[in-house]
Amino acid sequence: MSDVVKNLTAEEVEKQANFEKLANVIDLYSGKEGCLIQVLHAAQEIFGYLPYEVQKFVADNMGFSVSYVSSVSSFYSFFSTTPKTKHDVKVCLGTACYVRGGSALIEKLQELLGIGVGEATADNLFSIHVTRCVGACGLAPVVVVDDDVHKQVKPGDLAGILDQYRGE
Amino acid sequence: MSKVNITINGKPYEAEAGKTILEVARENNIYIPTLCYLEGVNQYGGCRLCMVEVETNGRPMRNLQAACMIKISDGMSIKTNTERVRKARKVNLELLLSCHPKDCLSCPRSLDCELQTLSRRLNVTEPRFEGEMKDLPVEISTVMTRDMSKCVNCRRCVAMCNKIQKIGVLNAQKRGFKTVIQPSFGMNIADTDCTNCGQCISVCPVGALRETDAIDPVVKAIEDPNKYTIVQVAPAVRVAIGEPFGMPSGSVATGKMVTALKALNFDEVFDVNFGADLTIMEEGTEFLQRAKAALTGGEAVLPMMTSCSPGWIKFIEHRYPELLPNLSSCKSPHMMQGALVKTYYAEKLGKDPKDIYLVSVMPCTAKKFEIARPEMNENGVPDVDAVLTTRELANMIKQAGIDFVNLPDSEFDPPMGISTGAADIFGVTGGVMEAALRTVYELVTGRELPCENLHVAPLGDSTQIKTASLTFENVLPEYKFLEGFTANVAVTSGFDGAAQVMEMVKAGKAFHFIEVMGCPGGCIVGGGQPRGVKAEKWAARKAGIYAIDEGKQLRKSHENPAIKAIYEEYLGQPCGHKSHEILHTHYTARGKYNELI
Amino acid sequence: MIIKNVQDLKLVADRYNAEFGKYEHTVYVCGGGGCISSKCQATKDFVESYIKELGLTDKVNVVFTGCMGTCAMGPVVLIEPERIYYVHVTPERAKDIIDRQVVKGEVIEEYTFFDANLQKHIPCIDDIPFFAEQVQIVLNKCGKIPFDSIEAYIAKGGFTAEAKAFGMTQEQIVDEVTKSGLRGRGGAGFPTGIKWSAGMKAPGENKCIVCNADEGDPGAFMDRSAIEGDPFCLIEGMTIGGYAIGAHNGYVYCRAEYPVAVERFNKAAEIAREWGLLGKNILGSGFDFDIELRIGAGAFVCGEETALMSSIEGQRGEPRQKPPFPFESGLFGYPTIINNVETYYNIAEIINKGADWFASYGVGRSKGTKVFALAGDVINTGIVEVPMGMPLRKLIFEIGGGIVDGKKFKAAQIGGPSGGCITEKNLDTSVDYESLTSLGAIMGSGGLIVMSEDTCMVDTARFFMQFIQDESCGKCTPCRIGTKRMLEILERIVAGNGTLEDLDTLEELSHVIKDTAMCGLGQTAPNPVLSTISNFRDEYEAHIVDKSCPAHVCSALAKYYIDPEKCRGCTLCARNCPVQCISGKVKEPHVIDQSKCIKCGACQANCKFGAVIKK
Repeated sequence: MSDVVKNLTAEEVEKQANFEKLANVIDLYSGKEGCLIQVLHAAQEIFGYLPYEVQKFVADNMGFSVSYVSSVSSFYSFFSTTPKTKHDVKVCLGTACYVRGGSALIEKLQELLGIGVGEATADNLFSIHVTRCVGACGLAPVVVVDDDVHKQVKPGDLAGILDQYRGE
Repeated sequence: MSKVNITINGKPYEAEAGKTILEVARENNIYIPTLCYLEGVNQYGGCRLCMVEVETNGRPMRNLQAACMIKISDGMSIKTNTERVRKARKVNLELLLSCHPKDCLSCPRSLDCELQTLSRRLNVTEPRFEGEMKDLPVEISTVMTRDMSKCVNCRRCVAMCNKIQKIGVLNAQKRGFKTVIQPSFGMNIADTDCTNCGQCISVCPVGALRETDAIDPVVKAIEDPNKYTIVQVAPAVRVAIGEPFGMPSGSVATGKMVTALKALNFDEVFDVNFGADLTIMEEGTEFLQRAKAALTGGEAVLPMMTSCSPGWIKFIEHRYPELLPNLSSCKSPHMMQGALVKTYYAEKLGKDPKDIYLVSVMPCTAKKFEIARPEMNENGVPDVDAVLTTRELANMIKQAGIDFVNLPDSEFDPPMGISTGAADIFGVTGGVMEAALRTVYELVTGRELPCENLHVAPLGDSTQIKTASLTFENVLPEYKFLEGFTANVAVTSGFDGAAQVMEMVKAGKAFHFIEVMGCPGGCIVGGGQPRGVKAEKWAARKAGIYAIDEGKQLRKSHENPAIKAIYEEYLGQPCGHKSHEILHTHYTARGKYNELI
Repeated sequence: MIIKNVQDLKLVADRYNAEFGKYEHTVYVCGGGGCISSKCQATKDFVESYIKELGLTDKVNVVFTGCMGTCAMGPVVLIEPERIYYVHVTPERAKDIIDRQVVKGEVIEEYTFFDANLQKHIPCIDDIPFFAEQVQIVLNKCGKIPFDSIEAYIAKGGFTAEAKAFGMTQEQIVDEVTKSGLRGRGGAGFPTGIKWSAGMKAPGENKCIVCNADEGDPGAFMDRSAIEGDPFCLIEGMTIGGYAIGAHNGYVYCRAEYPVAVERFNKAAEIAREWGLLGKNILGSGFDFDIELRIGAGAFVCGEETALMSSIEGQRGEPRQKPPFPFESGLFGYPTIINNVETYYNIAEIINKGADWFASYGVGRSKGTKVFALAGDVINTGIVEVPMGMPLRKLIFEIGGGIVDGKKFKAAQIGGPSGGCITEKNLDTSVDYESLTSLGAIMGSGGLIVMSEDTCMVDTARFFMQFIQDESCGKCTPCRIGTKRMLEILERIVAGNGTLEDLDTLEELSHVIKDTAMCGLGQTAPNPVLSTISNFRDEYEAHIVDKSCPAHVCSALAKYYIDPEKCRGCTLCARNCPVQCISGKVKEPHVIDQSKCIKCGACQANCKFGAVIKK
């Protein structure tokens, strides 16, 4: 019982610390014009995603309505309102990757992980995303896991690539 | 302003530099279709229906241009009616229609829908480009019904909510085909800090935003033999109700309206003006009490702020909860009158208040929220049972097949049908303040308010924030504490102005009495009034209101004989014990966002 | 230190060159985007530690550079002074290269660049056609210096153009740029000098100069390579531009997908500030200028200049109606000049070497060079810079080395989602703004995707329309709904449910969208469809009339057959067929009933003899 209480407290402490960090970021930008997107990047970096309370915090501290903040954040595909999985698997479907077989990779990944695009595995380890050109067209088709670019991937390589991240 | 020469469809025109093609075309009665554009509210360039061919310096511009966005320049040549133009407009309209439901026949906006009108005008004869549509659930709250599957993304409501009212509840969320106009995180609008002002509704060109219809329950109550139905009408309704029937804006249609309401089988027809006069007695007295306390070393919260506008009340509850003690504790006029109907008048009728069904006809959507506030009842019986907007009343009259324009006039029923000119001007920005000053000044000094025609300039102007000062001299003995006192008053309408005035108050600006109305211009421009945003229309409605006031014998609330009678007979004195019990209320601090997630 | 004038620049250059001259060998390890993905960091770390281990640190210099160009062959390493170019250099290979090439001077041919056309290894970089045919103005330092060293940049002549520019009047700079014939490298090709002139003449104390680094065209990565490989050149180009138009605030808008570029640029800007090359009174000129980088957040439309400004201002990336043009009222309402990354990379060279020198490259109204990102079914994928006017055939077949796997060339898609395709019959077209436009393509930012016979052009059009549809901001009707309807029609066609009237509807919608959309993204959105319809109408008709996909890409139209020669009659296919449409006796060839087949592909996946063919 006491463990549970402790855990909760730790979580809350972390959250508090995160909001303080975010407040500092907002302070840092306070002298500059039009920094909402930069602040949202920082917020997503800190919290991993942009849930309602984070967007509300940004709105309150930057003098916007929360509806305005979400209208901006929901415009950009980079911002997410769902928690991140441990590993993001992004399949590039830029032109070069598409021409070189990117869509087959998506199909295979979905089969391997048993989830659709934009979904997360039950253990919250992997999620599949489609991305539009990471500028690695010379290596097409590419799969980006977290920040690692895997080049010239064939459907058969995917199981091995995923395994590299399972052990971590 | 310098003039430039342009040609439209080959004909030369001289026009003011800086105007848009659309403005010049409209001035010269040249038709260019528009959907997203709304004068003074939204210049967005999104719908692409106002496309025209443009040539500058003898060189045709490569693409068609949006007439609402492009400013004229000297030598510009514009074609508004070529095959290329007509085709492009029509295809864009057909694209809009391809994701718009085709249930026009059962849409409340049928025959009053800008999209429908455009379809006819641009000669759309068959459904084309069919494909995926927006499939979004209809959201119904106490005040508003939002059917976003009908939204055409014109963003007029967004402009209204963000640019004009500066509330910022409605915004475009997501992007591209998935763009949807809604509060953050898809929340129900009732769970947000929306003030229910309804200005979004009044600019929506289609059936996407509308008030939640109360006609059905009202008709049911009328038909119910066990219900005694009373209807009461707000001051601003009478100068706008004629519009949906083709009467010019500002036509004073009080008599026809009363006849129509009787024809709709309401048992009695009252005038909320009565409640307005009552409000002045209560609010004026409250002000004098606060002023006395302040000037004689007691504790008093000043400036006092008016409390008639339910949109304004919700606004201050969200944004400035620390200023709630400044709000007058008076209920709004129709709520006061409702409380009296359900107590005093029920007794008089010998009826159980539960059997009285009271309907308010209002220029306002926020009133629908106001009657549902938990504190607005007498021993569990709601003060008011239903609110119909001016638009709904017009619909109801049409549905009943009543030939409104040719109706004879009738009078309101006594006793709550008797009112003074001071009550009429409640419908216009500055009116409540002026009405209060007419009474307060005379009570204090025994003399009439020393203003030309009893109008306190500049409080009735259309500017956003107006201030005036009034000094009390040679006061009656019982008001000695006011001798030489100068009251500073401020009047504003619209939430942008309200926020500015609240900031002034917080910064210590020495106001004593402030009037705020939630809609820019006051109730005549309320969110429940007939649609069509036009400065001339508003000016006409305002002129109508002032004409009624100036045409009345009695123009000060304290002169109303019915008011005098009810104090003698029932209430005792203004702000007395009985008044406090039924005519006054309290407020709820809501925090900046009411958003529940 | 703070650089105050040209003498200081020379001092730094001399010192750096003297230091550099001490070494007998230099090992250049490519740290470009492609090589990073190929784990070049490990190679570089190994080389450094191995050189140390061998005690050669005084003799061998290791330089971590920006992109060298051959992105598919990473990690790549160049050894100087021999100029031997090694590819796929793993740490193991690196050890051999140091042991044999660096220490003994022995070329390891099998590790060097393999030219697919000539079918042989070519050790010296100067002999490799991929490099030999290029003319590098934009990329003249990229891949040749450490990307994070301002001294190296200065030693290669960096910031001398800026110093020279400060000695010129604003008009002189604008004139020089105008005379050079430089046109915007971002897509539309508007003359840079004319744009700058408008910016210079615009009234106002506060002006902005912006670099569009939102390289959103899928298939393009030139700007990324330039910024990652030579960030100081962007700072110099923007500073000159800022001085010319009278702007003190510079913004770089970089897409969030390029974290390395963001990091390297920010680092470079920080160094430039420390050295007095950004900030107050730069090079003693009295001119103040600084640059702030703002990161996008994943919206293709933000590459459109008015949407880009909205995004820098922290708003939804929705375009604004032009006019007013940015030079009249742009970022935060100030007069603003926006240029693409590559455009700025030309500026220093134009100022240093003169407009005439620059204009000596190129053809007609297209002067200088163009950087292309070669990708798709081409052998040498990567970054190349060629003079304007080079025939496409040469670009694809000589520099690019031709088509992979000996396949036939089908089309080159140029200009991305706003562009079009060039077919075999137009391969000898000169690559310049006017010629490409006349073929229904555009120069675009420089993404060049080569497509082999295995590409379905209808599916490609569908791909681009899907892209545009996903990226449309939704502001205007034709783009928001029109592209959706076009996509739906294309989806019907690739699924075999199209009609010939659909082609007319596609063309009708295309023309209205082009004519009425608010911004450049919308106005060019139908280009890939129009271009494929005009060049490959037969492929569309095959999908619609014959219900077949000639390239065998569209799975709904594919048919599965069993090759009776290869079929052993094992029955595995029949047992796995979910609709039991495969019949045949054991040990006899099986047959698929086409009328029942649902094209799931289970038979092919299960056949152990490769007897099931999809066509």
